[in-house]
Amino acid sequence: MLRRDILKCLLSGSFILSGLLKPIIALARWNQTAFDATDFNNAINSYFPDQHFSETDKIKISVHPVIENGAVVPVKINTDLLKPESITIFVDKNPTPLIANFDLFPGCLGFISTRIKMEQPSNIIVVVKANGKFFTTKTFVEVHEGGCS
Amino acid sequence: MASSIRIKTKTRDNITTVRAILRHPMETGFRVSEESGELVPAHFIKLVTVKHNDKIVLSCDWSRAVSKNPYLSFMFEGAKSGDKLELSWIDTQDKSDTFETLIE
Repeated sequence: MLRRDILKCLLSGSFILSGLLKPIIALARWNQTAFDATDFNNAINSYFPDQHFSETDKIKISVHPVIENGAVVPVKINTDLLKPESITIFVDKNPTPLIANFDLFPGCLGFISTRIKMEQPSNIIVVVKANGKFFTTKTFVEVHEGGCS
Repeated sequence: MASSIRIKTKTRDNITTVRAILRHPMETGFRVSEESGELVPAHFIKLVTVKHNDKIVLSCDWSRAVSKNPYLSFMFEGAKSGDKLELSWIDTQDKSDTFETLIE
């Protein structure tokens, strides 16, 4: 009886601990400085400190060139760069220009499709890390009604 | 309560396409409430993790500028029909949700 109680106590203790630790560990890597940056250069330099970005035509951003409602902008990104490791989306004129980062683990194809908010006519800038190197491309999107508020 | 996560998968030629919709307000912190006239505090999903058979395949860091009820689609190789796929998210209020499905 006693042994069972101790076991129960230990088990519940470890559950509480693992429950607490998981979000803390996970949130630790979220880059607060880069996500809070209100200027595109600050955002990209805080997210990728001291990196060189090569412009490439091997990243394709599929997005409608004219957006009526900036609250929902469907964006599709394809890259045929070898060994894609991450895809990061910026919108240079948004109040906070770093939009989203996707870490692609081995087995992932160089493809992401999502929907983002855009406040005004801006460039969508995509950075792809592939085989340890950084590549970038951008496309301009006209936005009629801002979607950040 | 029903899960906030809906997932569809399709596997063809060893490539699995995952499409997911997460139910979440994704408040930017810039929106004024029509009822109260006050700013609605920022509240958005920060992290999304997708696992295939307990191995991470995709991990996302998001900002307030991912649209309300986020849509996410990606593709990966090497999964078989019947394999486990798990998606979980954590938001700025440390709320979270997890959903597991079998790959089709």
